[in-house]
Amino acid sequence: MSSTIKPIDEAQVLDAVVWAIKAEAPLDIVSTGSKRDLGRPFQAEHTLDLSGLSGVNFYEPEELVLSAKPATPVSQIEGLLAAKKQMLAFEPMNLGPIFGQPADRGTIGGVFACNLSGPRRIKAGAARDHLLGFNAVSGRGDPFKSGGRVVKNVTGYDLSKLITGSFGTLAVMTELTFKVLPAPEKTYTVLVAGLDDATATAAMSRAMNSAHEVAGAAHLPADIAVASVVPYVNDAGCAITALRLEGFGPSVEQRCRELREELAGFGSLEELHSRNSAVFWHEVRDATYLAEPLNRVIWRLSVPPASGHAVVAMLSRDLDVHAFYDWSGGLIWLSLPPTRGADALAVRSAIAGFGGHATLVRAPANVRASVPVFQPQTGPMAALSGRVKDSFDPKRVLNPGRMRAGL
Amino acid sequence: MLMPKPDQSVLERRDLIVNALRAIVEGEGVIAQEEQMRAYETDALTAYRQMPMIVVLPQTTKQVSEILTYCHAEGIKVVPRGAGTSLSGGALPLADAVLLGLGKFNRILDVDFENRAVVAQPGVTNLGITHAVEQEGFYYAPDPSSQIACTIGGNIAENSGGVHCLKYGLTTNNVLGIEMVTIQGEVIRIGGKHLDSEGYDLLGLMTGSEGLLGVVTEVTVRILKKPSTARAVLVGLASSEAAGACVAQVIGAGIIPGGMEMMDNPAVNAAEDFVGAGYPRDAAALLIVELDGPKVEVDYLIGRVREIAEANGATSLRVSENEEERNAFWAGRKSAFPAVGRIAADYMCMDGTIPRKMLPEILRRMSEMSIKHGLRVANVFHAGDGNLHPLILFDANQPGQLEAAEAFGGDILKACVELGGVLTGEHGVGVEKRDLMGEMFTRVDLDQQQRVKCAFDPKGLLNPGKVFPQLHRCAELGRMRVHEGQLPFPDIPRF
Repeated sequence: MSSTIKPIDEAQVLDAVVWAIKAEAPLDIVSTGSKRDLGRPFQAEHTLDLSGLSGVNFYEPEELVLSAKPATPVSQIEGLLAAKKQMLAFEPMNLGPIFGQPADRGTIGGVFACNLSGPRRIKAGAARDHLLGFNAVSGRGDPFKSGGRVVKNVTGYDLSKLITGSFGTLAVMTELTFKVLPAPEKTYTVLVAGLDDATATAAMSRAMNSAHEVAGAAHLPADIAVASVVPYVNDAGCAITALRLEGFGPSVEQRCRELREELAGFGSLEELHSRNSAVFWHEVRDATYLAEPLNRVIWRLSVPPASGHAVVAMLSRDLDVHAFYDWSGGLIWLSLPPTRGADALAVRSAIAGFGGHATLVRAPANVRASVPVFQPQTGPMAALSGRVKDSFDPKRVLNPGRMRAGL
Repeated sequence: MLMPKPDQSVLERRDLIVNALRAIVEGEGVIAQEEQMRAYETDALTAYRQMPMIVVLPQTTKQVSEILTYCHAEGIKVVPRGAGTSLSGGALPLADAVLLGLGKFNRILDVDFENRAVVAQPGVTNLGITHAVEQEGFYYAPDPSSQIACTIGGNIAENSGGVHCLKYGLTTNNVLGIEMVTIQGEVIRIGGKHLDSEGYDLLGLMTGSEGLLGVVTEVTVRILKKPSTARAVLVGLASSEAAGACVAQVIGAGIIPGGMEMMDNPAVNAAEDFVGAGYPRDAAALLIVELDGPKVEVDYLIGRVREIAEANGATSLRVSENEEERNAFWAGRKSAFPAVGRIAADYMCMDGTIPRKMLPEILRRMSEMSIKHGLRVANVFHAGDGNLHPLILFDANQPGQLEAAEAFGGDILKACVELGGVLTGEHGVGVEKRDLMGEMFTRVDLDQQQRVKCAFDPKGLLNPGKVFPQLHRCAELGRMRVHEGQLPFPDIPRF
């Protein structure tokens, strides 16, 4: 009989995991379930609902550190941070729009479990670069901790990196401590109109290779730009390449002038100021342009930045592709018509020559069950990942199969 | 320092092992004579010395793979080594181990400005990467003070930091990919010029694993454009409390300086005696705050830092007006270790981290400890991120002083943990802090880390005796302890 176990503290999480080990009953670990459609579907009779483990343990703005329980809503944390003019610098994405669900249901545990990072990834790092320490219960039924509350720390293995992006397959996090950073006083976005993908890549590369500290570099082909709600972007009638500058007022204004000079040869220029910039970069972060129609498949590809446009060009030859670029061309959001195989072979062979990986973000559950959602691993790498899983969860009780069969 | 007991059966086979290694690496790549191996008997933690059994210096990934395959099959321990600049004894040899030196892996393989990445062999120096890209105005950000000598492979093993990691991150935040060889001899590539991992973040795990999980044979790092301007502010303060408040308020104002360093009065005077940097000798604490970025931003932030310093009663304040002055401000800080070396026969450099706000408290405790142990201490800090480098002064020729210094150091690190910090910020655990790991971690915490080690190295052959205070066999760690007596979640509400 299936059941939901809803612990309210670490001791009860421990009890639940110990029970699962003894009963050999795999657990599906969730709180609000906002990311439940991300990853490979798997069978687990029992659900471990962490929504009772919510709340901020401490927040010390001058120490740039915040500690919270896993089910603490991201929106609550971002509210606290905003009141002190700080932020989660890695810009956690909100999956609500592309999954056709309400926005802002995400929890901080889910953000780190999935290592979700937004446009500022290229400057500030990923979620994994911000987790300083955690407490968790392993699939062996051991409560353990790793890391701490300080940035400078090389004491023991950096398990914070390993746990981030492990989709709950290694341990159940019960407490997370992470780095926060000052929010920018001002944000401007320089827009370049009408570039094809290859030229846009060159323009983004030029900007990234300047000393202007670009904190976001995206390119929306014309069919994507029209879906934006931001004026200048949706009414340009052509492709839009966007470069974000942020920081202290005088610095942003100066860098904006200099970047415009640097990019003058590429095309006509426009700029967005703080309010429109915020809306625009939220759209890019959440890939809202690809949300509709809901039946199309969505892939997320990470490739060397200079190669992104070539990958899209290759795929566009045979497929009905809608795509846009973040991370200076290195992150491709790709929408394809629904098919049984989600065109996985085509997508993965397109990136094979360049290096990188492709994740099937949106597809019906039966497709995600038959197509590898994450980049397939083979040989020694697959074996090593299996042994790492064994070292935390030998009985396969924690989200087994969420990333790959057998893991 | 108790190291794993040498395996007699391996020592007895030494000649056979030398021959087997010579079949893999020809000529001078295998060193077996004691006088030639002496250069490898210690790293930068010179208090510990041990002659290796054999030194091997391969030149190709294939050779590394063959060496490790052989050692794994034969049950021979392996200690990897880069430039040997570890301050924690990470490359300390073992009597029955092959020392695997990666010094011949010294080529830059690819400079890719379009993707802002450099691919290098692990024996390239940290500064060598910057040298390869600086003609285009780029640099590699992490800057450990040994950057002229330390290698990028060693930086990955130790997750090295440096003055500028407050703003630009540690090694782990700047590495994009590696090629590594497991102890079983398998060659694995992780990451590349793209971002993020396609599965478990083994790149993040490898970084800072102190040579216990695999041997890195190729590295891809990201490079950054050099900031157009850098200026430094030199602030003298009347107390460590005032300095601590200043640091907190700079960060609190939303300013992340390129570097924010602090020196206490003994360190200031030692540096002043040594290089005459123009430091205020009467300052109880000296701060160097470096701001980098676009000129307009730097000038603006200099003004804000000046206001904060003045509000905290700065006893002196100077702003660098040109590169020469900025370098002069740094000269004293950068020579602090040798400067302190001049005022004492020996010194021991510690490396704890504390939450920034605990700076005055740890300093107060250190003065008490200084009296208790009868030894002087000078302090330099990466104040911006709370990373302390207390330098304990002693004379190893005076009976009991080495032991007193070690006890003093241990007390400092225990205090760091007690105040919410950690045992090591950037030097690594190695052998130096190995036996203090229990201060920070429970047996259960350490067992989980060792199980990760078992996933990579089930026979425990890679760099044993480092990091973990007790070695457990993987079979023993793998056994599930059945938690008898616990009721199945009696109080958990079920729906």
